[in-house]
Amino acid sequence: MADTTRQPYSAKVMEHFMNPHNVGEMPDADAVGTVGNPVCGDVLRLFLKIKDGVVTDAKFQTFGCGAAIATSSMATEMIKGKTLDEVRKITNEAVAEALDGLPAVKMHCSVLAQEGIEAALKNYEENQRGKKAEG
Amino acid sequence: MIFFDHISTTPMDPRVMAAMLPYFGNYYGNPSSHIHAMGIQADEGVQKARGQVAALINCSPEEILFTSGGTEANNLALKGLAAAYGGRGKHLVISEIEHFSVLNPAFTLQNQGWEVTKVPVNPCGRVEPEDVRKALRSDTSLVSVLLANSEIGTIQPILEIAKVVKDHGALMFVDGVAACGNIPVDMQTLGADAVSLSAHNYYGPKGVGALFLRKELTLEPLMEGGFQERGYRSGTENVPGIVGMGRASELSREEVGQRSEHLKALQKKLWEGLEKNIEHLHFTGHPRERLPGHVSFWVEFAEGESLLLFLSQHGVMAASGSACASNLKGRDEDDLVISHVLKAVGVPTDICQGSITFSMGKDNTLEEVEHVLSVMPKIVERLWAMSPMYADYLKQKH
Repeated sequence: MADTTRQPYSAKVMEHFMNPHNVGEMPDADAVGTVGNPVCGDVLRLFLKIKDGVVTDAKFQTFGCGAAIATSSMATEMIKGKTLDEVRKITNEAVAEALDGLPAVKMHCSVLAQEGIEAALKNYEENQRGKKAEG
Repeated sequence: MIFFDHISTTPMDPRVMAAMLPYFGNYYGNPSSHIHAMGIQADEGVQKARGQVAALINCSPEEILFTSGGTEANNLALKGLAAAYGGRGKHLVISEIEHFSVLNPAFTLQNQGWEVTKVPVNPCGRVEPEDVRKALRSDTSLVSVLLANSEIGTIQPILEIAKVVKDHGALMFVDGVAACGNIPVDMQTLGADAVSLSAHNYYGPKGVGALFLRKELTLEPLMEGGFQERGYRSGTENVPGIVGMGRASELSREEVGQRSEHLKALQKKLWEGLEKNIEHLHFTGHPRERLPGHVSFWVEFAEGESLLLFLSQHGVMAASGSACASNLKGRDEDDLVISHVLKAVGVPTDICQGSITFSMGKDNTLEEVEHVLSVMPKIVERLWAMSPMYADYLKQKH
């Protein structure tokens, strides 16, 4: 009989896939970034709550494979409590590393997380400019 | 543990293993050593197997060439027939949903100066004989259409297609890897000039396959050497594997009817259960003309690999045509987005990210189907709850 404990991903990836952290919508988000992965068609929507230049909360929704869901989950964990400058420096490699690595063919999935963060921060800046213009 | 991935491979039948075992041990002779008992014994094993494979598809034993598997048989047919008959014209016609072991040799031929025309399929995944007729040209020497597609299960109307090809005077090759041994296939009526088979697709061993090549035909070998397989495939024979393929062929011939009946009952239950229990589910392939025990579909807003991972956590093993579930390096980036098969049958690529293929085998049970039906809705709902597209869909709906 086959060893049924064998998994295609690291234990950490499986853990974040099976029980992803911070899944769901954030109706009062200060920033929202939606990105699609041109390579495989995955979609990530990242919601951020930001106060005094610090990400106080993060949530996500992802349509994609195990690696896409796990990297989304890990990314939200990594950005919570960080300043915007720190968040900007998070790379897809760092997210993959925090998950004990991804198979080489799945590295493109982790790009989704990095681009999601970039899109959300861009959206935040636009929102801030909008507020200033209104004010 | 529930194995619903028989399209990738099948468990070897213990009766097949029993037939093979002596050839790993006491019967170690080289079939080419006709001069002594050990060689003769090995050769007899190979010749008996040749007869068994021939009986499975109703052809003469000398029309069976053993290979290292389905991929080699497909390569040998495409490249070997192209080399032997390219003088009649260098135009090859294939279907859009061929396996990579046909697509890639076709691509290689293209690089060698052949022109390749791909015939489309209808939304059920069937090649229309009329479309083949339209693709044929005066310089068409070879046509390749698979008998059944592994991803969507559709069985092709090869008889009608082969007639069109024959009337035109071209050669007809059929990739029979997913079908032979699982449905009755008869070389006297099919009308094909060459057909490939793979043993592990019907409860035989891996690493062995065969090519049926009509008596009157020849081809250029891929492997040259000591003239085994009449020079079409040199190299000392994989005797245990060939013996296993023979026994598996014999068992399939005897049991294909009852296996089919059992598999059709499982298929019906799974199909109807999925249809009833899961919203936004779309079956792929032909509703009737399909491999027995094969059920394939995709679910809106739920990605294929994620579905498979959750199924696997529930002890269910299946396959996906999902871009992300494969480690394929496509010829172009489009291949990564969605499988060429799903694209050919026209699934919408924005909301479909990979289909699921449940392929059942002779030893699966109704209880296993019930288990799969009981876990599927929970898994789908879980993925929907994570999906931004499903959230958008719900908002639009309200």
